[in-house]
Amino acid sequence: MSLTSLTIAEARAALKAKKFSALELTSAYLDAIDKAKALNAYIVTTPEQALTMAKASDTKIGAGTAGALEGIPLGIKDLFATKGVHTQACSHILDGFKPGYESTVTQNLWDAGAVMLGKLNMDEFAMGSSNETSYYGPVTNPWRRKNSNASLVPGGSSGGSATAVAAHICAAATATDTGGSIRQPAAFTGTVGIKPTYGRCSRWGTIAFASSLDQAGPIARDVRDAAIMLKAMASVDAKDTTSVDLPIPDYESFVGKPIKGLRVGIPKEYRPDGLSSEINALWDKGAQWLKEQGAEIVEISLPHTKYALPAYYIVAPAEASSNLARYDGVRYGLRVPGDDLIDTYERTRAAGFGREVQRRVMVGTYVLSAGYYDAYYVKAQKVRTLIKRDFDAAWAKCDVVLTPATPSPAFAPGEITDPVEMYLNDIFTVTVNMAGLPGIAVPAGLSESGLPLGLQLIGKPFDEGTLFQTAYAIEQAAGKFKAPQWW
Amino acid sequence: MSVDEKTVRRVARLARIKVEEKDVPKLAGELNVILAFVEQLNEVNVDGVEPLTSVVAMDMKKRSDVVTDGHYPKAIVANTQSEDDFFMVPRVIE
Repeated sequence: MSLTSLTIAEARAALKAKKFSALELTSAYLDAIDKAKALNAYIVTTPEQALTMAKASDTKIGAGTAGALEGIPLGIKDLFATKGVHTQACSHILDGFKPGYESTVTQNLWDAGAVMLGKLNMDEFAMGSSNETSYYGPVTNPWRRKNSNASLVPGGSSGGSATAVAAHICAAATATDTGGSIRQPAAFTGTVGIKPTYGRCSRWGTIAFASSLDQAGPIARDVRDAAIMLKAMASVDAKDTTSVDLPIPDYESFVGKPIKGLRVGIPKEYRPDGLSSEINALWDKGAQWLKEQGAEIVEISLPHTKYALPAYYIVAPAEASSNLARYDGVRYGLRVPGDDLIDTYERTRAAGFGREVQRRVMVGTYVLSAGYYDAYYVKAQKVRTLIKRDFDAAWAKCDVVLTPATPSPAFAPGEITDPVEMYLNDIFTVTVNMAGLPGIAVPAGLSESGLPLGLQLIGKPFDEGTLFQTAYAIEQAAGKFKAPQWW
Repeated sequence: MSVDEKTVRRVARLARIKVEEKDVPKLAGELNVILAFVEQLNEVNVDGVEPLTSVVAMDMKKRSDVVTDGHYPKAIVANTQSEDDFFMVPRVIE
């Protein structure tokens, strides 16, 4: 059995029992990464750093001072600042940028003993649902349709993270989610991804896209590993005033807890016209599994669901246009010389931002411009209040909400070219960001074409524990899914 | 509301993104598709609804107004062209 096939929990036990060293484990992953170049999941690998960190882990394991993730090799999304290492949000405009500081989330992971393997591909500035907007080229999904050799997208924006986890070229990965960027790629690759409650993880050192929506979270191979990862990533942080000072539960202790008596809400608005029979059937099956394990299924209503995506496409671009104003070619990254300073800004931003980023910055600039602010941005923020109220009312009837994670399995590169059609990928996930709630995507089966399909569980604020508990119940019923290795 | 080519040029200027003249019509089309999509919000009655300013009910944390960090100009300018720890830009004042 190869070392890279072990989950975090399994590797943790084996390292503790000295069945192999952290150095051997990290070396196995570095070899696996070398063989998986066709996937384009990593844009940079840091083998020397990885081996140094692994050796330090072996020392700590020997001394009996191992951390919660001691010697566990991880991939890091390129959105997280890693000191002295390529951090460019997969954008041309950040060419050559190496931060002099470490993001809080990654620092927490290193403090817990984790090993960095490298930086993972993603949609540029986390704007995309297919990983096709990356300056470093698209990521290939390890999964292929039955009897087909055609490439598929891994979803996005955390496409590199999801692919690396699914292909076993890291034990787990960091990711971020602004409208579905953890959960949609997790669903497309048969992995588990959780976006925690807004404020659970510090945003400090995570390159900002839409600050009121962005949250970091893990993508992992199974529910237990996701619980282990989130526990290590989360923290209150003086450097992010929106991070929340609440105790971080031992999420792993929720894994395996019986779900008898748990009330599971099924929102009727998540069954839009034209939802495929395959997704409908998967959803029904998920509810049935939970019912068989003693949960109570209740129908709920979230009436403003259909307005979440349009409101998101005002709020997110507006905040992005503001956050991305800092990329002007002066202090870091690409600079394209112009006739004067303004011309330098304009040429730098035209050359440095890809099409999708430019589109969103311009939409954001428009909706925030004089005379339109109230009609668009304020209106969207009011709709957001209504979306949040829908959930507040639902919690009187249920403890957790079950929905599909995505409207379809993974699609082919170039298959979706219309921006709005691409945005519809997030139709089931985006409400969660708008209301600041935690959501987890868990694999629940394979499509007729042989591709992974995921279900989503949505929880009350800071009730990630119940999500792990319920997701594990689904995982127990559905099993786990691994892409056959072709690379 | 839909944007015309003049508005696209104005927004591009505000966003500090140079848009080639030949790309303006296509961009106007793309922006209009997105703006048409968000027009759905017109159906929603938001009378008396407060805009959401925070998804978590908590008071904004405050910190003491003291210097907690700094004194490393070399690190600040490490990622760009600089001279004597200053950022270098094209001439602004003639």
